[in-house]
Amino acid sequence: MTTTTIVKAPSTTPAPSATAARSGGVATGTKIRVHALRYNPQEPGSVPRMQTYELEQSEGMTLFIALNEIRETQDPTLQFDFVCRAGICGSCAMMVNGRPTLACRTLTRDVGPDITLAPLPVFELIGDLSVNTGKWMRGTSERLQAWLHGDAKARDINRLEERMEPELAEQLNELDRCVECGCCVASCGTARMRPDFVGAVGMAKIARFRLDPRDKRTDDDYYELVGTDDGVFGCMSLLACHDVCPKDLPLQTQIAFLRRKMAGKGWA
Amino acid sequence: MASTSPTIAGVGLADRPRASRVPARLDLLQSFTGGVLALFMWGHMFFVSTILVSKDFMWTVTRMFEGYFIFGKPYPGIVSVIVFGILVMFVAHAFLAVRKLPINFRQWQMYRGHMKVMKHEDTTLWWVQAITGFMLFFLVTVHLYQMLMHPGLIGPYESADRVWSGRWWPLYLVMLFAVELHGGIGLYRLAVKWGWFERGDADATRSALKKAKWALTVFFLALGLATLGAYMKIGYEHADRAGERYVPASVQQGAVK
Ligand code: HEM
Ligand code: SF4
Ligand code: SF4
Ligand code: FES
Repeated sequence: MTTTTIVKAPSTTPAPSATAARSGGVATGTKIRVHALRYNPQEPGSVPRMQTYELEQSEGMTLFIALNEIRETQDPTLQFDFVCRAGICGSCAMMVNGRPTLACRTLTRDVGPDITLAPLPVFELIGDLSVNTGKWMRGTSERLQAWLHGDAKARDINRLEERMEPELAEQLNELDRCVECGCCVASCGTARMRPDFVGAVGMAKIARFRLDPRDKRTDDDYYELVGTDDGVFGCMSLLACHDVCPKDLPLQTQIAFLRRKMAGKGWA
Repeated sequence: MASTSPTIAGVGLADRPRASRVPARLDLLQSFTGGVLALFMWGHMFFVSTILVSKDFMWTVTRMFEGYFIFGKPYPGIVSVIVFGILVMFVAHAFLAVRKLPINFRQWQMYRGHMKVMKHEDTTLWWVQAITGFMLFFLVTVHLYQMLMHPGLIGPYESADRVWSGRWWPLYLVMLFAVELHGGIGLYRLAVKWGWFERGDADATRSALKKAKWALTVFFLALGLATLGAYMKIGYEHADRAGERYVPASVQQGAVK
């Protein structure tokens, strides 16, 4: 690996200045530098390197705006993903100053003036900052059978839906907010060491169906899916997943919940 | 059951159709042994630190463990039995926890690189736990073997002579830091791993647990350093009479010829 630019240590708290204090970080109009990891695995001879782009901080600039400006005005070859630019589709996750987060929801003034960008690890690298999280997520959903396993009667659309406590509905909605961005997986030391590890997103999905009374699966069924050292027992409780999840899912609580339920099957 | 057949297990099909319950048990036992060891270490620290009160007090506590005040004479064998119990816990815990350590260069490299860019406290603390755990393999084994074989040689002079004249203090110094860091992080991890003390706000609980963890680590390190210092001082002053056993003044007077 080569590094063409010296990358400064990530600084989330840049030197304060009068205007910066008002806008909450880097002042509008100052220069910011985006240090992006460039590498194209499809191209023979491509070697991972860092490339620096300089641009001007504008009012309310997000990384989505900054990267598009770079692509339009400086370098059309830079690869990255965006769809919704509103934190809904989950496709723009990348490593910003060493931690995974959604680029569209990150204000450059909060993370600049030197911003280091890299693709999420663990997932298949498409090129530069673009990774194939979709493929991984699909594989995980299939492996964990992460869909509602209801009874046949429930499929009768003329039947009234069973009632549910509002608190429970609220809990399920919380977990359904996951956008499958992959930040939790990229932040997880366990997932980095062990490629077969289910990851927090997988455990949160199982916990979600475990909570849902409409899912008729039992703990024995869930144990078949996550009762291994690649499943919930592999989690080392580093909680980076919980700390980085851009949708603030209660991952710590849900993983502990699932662990208690699955450990309870140890002698049962 | 068909899947208990060595042939079925031998070709890796023992988990069909029912996944093995062993991983669940191993996880519980890992937590159980770690928790017991960590709590034992708290008690242990209070016993050894009695030297900070007085030599006589330390002597009394030691004899108490040897059953002196129940049977009228010391039975160091009782200490050996306790030590053996701890040794079993320790070996079991090491056996279970070693599954988590990076076991090849690729895993090592992944975790190290990850930790350096993430700068995430709990991720770094796991590394500290893994390294200190590995150190404890060697440090604790030596210490426990000594205690198993010479349970009677615990006392104000006996221990101090071992620490100073027996040159055990470097081992104890390193072991103190390793155990306190490892055990403190371990107890914190137990709480977040199983969701203990979580009342509504998980984040608030976690930050309170983290504070408590650091406070305990600092407290036990300070107590441990003071205690080790006290034994080193006694051992240093007692060096020319090393090997002499401690007998409290009250007992000397009582034992009139
Ligand atoms: C050979 C010596 C030891 C080794 C190799 C070792 C290793 C480890 C490792 C790697 C972990 C992390 C496991 C995980 O992330 O799931 C751990 C957890 C733990 N250790 Fe140790 N350890 C040793 C001795 C001790 C001792 C002497 C204590 C008592 C102070 C202790 C207390 C704990 C606790 C409370 C945990 C948390 C348990 C859990 O997460 O389930 N360990 N140990
Ligand atoms: S749990 Fe959070 S971090 Fe993980 S994929 Fe879902 S939204 Fe992203
Ligand atoms: S708690 Fe840690 S080990 Fe478990 S999934 Fe989250 S980051 Fe990974
Ligand atoms: S672009 Fe959709 S989440 Fe960022």
